Amino acid sequence: MADQQGTSGNGLKLTLAWLFVGIPLTWGVIQTCINALQLFK
Amino acid sequence: MSFLSKERTIAPPGYSRWLIPPAALCVHLCIGEAYAFSVFNLPMTKLLGISQSTPDDWKLTDLGWIFSVAIFMLGVSAAIFGRWVEEGGPRRAMFTAGCCWAGGFLISAFGVYIHNIWVIYFGYGFVGGIGLGLGYISPVSTLIKWFPDRPGMATGMAIMGFGGAAFIASPLSVWLMGRFTTATHIGVAETFITLGVIYFIFMMVGATIVRVPAPGWKPEGWVAPAQPKKLITTKNVYVYEALKTPQFWLIWWVLCLNVTAGIGVLGQASAMSQEMFPGRVTAVAAAGFVGLMSLFNMAGRFFWASASDYLGRKNTYFTFFILGAVLYAFVPYTGSAGSVALFVCAYAIIFSMYGGGFATVPAYLRDMFGTRYVGAIHGLLLTAWSMAGIFGPVLVNYIRQWNVDHGVPAAQAYNVTMYVMAVLLIVGFVCNFFVKDVDQTHHMTAADEAKYNAAA
Repeated sequence: MADQQGTSGNGLKLTLAWLFVGIPLTWGVIQTCINALQLFK
Repeated sequence: MSFLSKERTIAPPGYSRWLIPPAALCVHLCIGEAYAFSVFNLPMTKLLGISQSTPDDWKLTDLGWIFSVAIFMLGVSAAIFGRWVEEGGPRRAMFTAGCCWAGGFLISAFGVYIHNIWVIYFGYGFVGGIGLGLGYISPVSTLIKWFPDRPGMATGMAIMGFGGAAFIASPLSVWLMGRFTTATHIGVAETFITLGVIYFIFMMVGATIVRVPAPGWKPEGWVAPAQPKKLITTKNVYVYEALKTPQFWLIWWVLCLNVTAGIGVLGQASAMSQEMFPGRVTAVAAAGFVGLMSLFNMAGRFFWASASDYLGRKNTYFTFFILGAVLYAFVPYTGSAGSVALFVCAYAIIFSMYGGGFATVPAYLRDMFGTRYVGAIHGLLLTAWSMAGIFGPVLVNYIRQWNVDHGVPAAQAYNVTMYVMAVLLIVGFVCNFFVKDVDQTHHMTAADEAKYNAAA
């Protein structure tokens, strides 16, 4: 039971931690891709 | 400040090691802003004149030194404080890096407010530069200890963040300056303060999450090799003992030459693409080209470092040097053939390997010198980056200028540079070829380990 609680707690922490860094990084990559498309216009 | 002590960061049972890469990214996504600092250059030349520069405004040549001092301090602080980072633990190092990095922005905001560039050299360059160095190396050995089965992938993830940070910082800084700028004022100081606060929060989150594995911890199902494999040691080498080995200096040159070949061209990528394809690549398209190269630089950090777990570090660098030399020699042909697509493809691969060189080197050091002082040894090795940061751009700019001065058309002015870069990579190949296992006389004995444990 304790292990299950630990695993679900870890899952939430993992999701939050990856979203915390993933969202700004993804936003930046999308902005760069939009600018990079100018090369092929 | 026991919260910062290494003992307080030991992971409890059941702690997921996959929380460590986001902790490392929290730091690297902030300090990598340095690559985007140029977005402040033009606004900072008009702080007094607002619509145009006045004689009392700062010149671009004055402002260029801010970035140079910061990168120089990155190498210096990583080399000087590497052992302290290793022995004090990642949380203390990340916390200190966050204070220095955010503090650098706040001091610089004051420098902009009183219009004194020396305050900015001190703030962003010196204090921020120390934050850069501490932040860059702080998660490296922690990641390697958590991922002994895939150290390349782990460090690749963190160092990928350093390459990707400019994607966030550049548009964010431009947006913030737009918000704070009025008809009578340019909002650089306010942007610095805002960025300083954001980066401080981000880096503190990383420092809070980070943990070191408990002594004896191993990934589930993973068995440490009982015997050292070829070019992968199971022993440790003390940080300053590593300096006495030929392996350290050979890898120093491997990194220096790989970075020199990339960094000079990266700085000239926009101008080069326009001059090699006059009329076909516009200034806007060239900006897109630079963005695309940055994407490959970032992706290469993760891809090549992860691939090195399977290929081996030495073979990965062999790939960089052989493929890189062939591609550099091929670039002039793309210009004479007028093929923008081939030019872009060649550079995409070249820049992926430039990034890959940065990300693979911590795992290479771990293979050579063991896990214990890898962060500190990595710090010493970063002086190769500082050196390449000076040589690369100088080499590219001067060779191009020499060609132009001797009547070579602008479209072909980079050809010699490309061949020189190819030669540099061949020299790097030779250095890499001579990397062998570290002689066992350099390995720490059980008595050494006990002595340094007591000292720490």
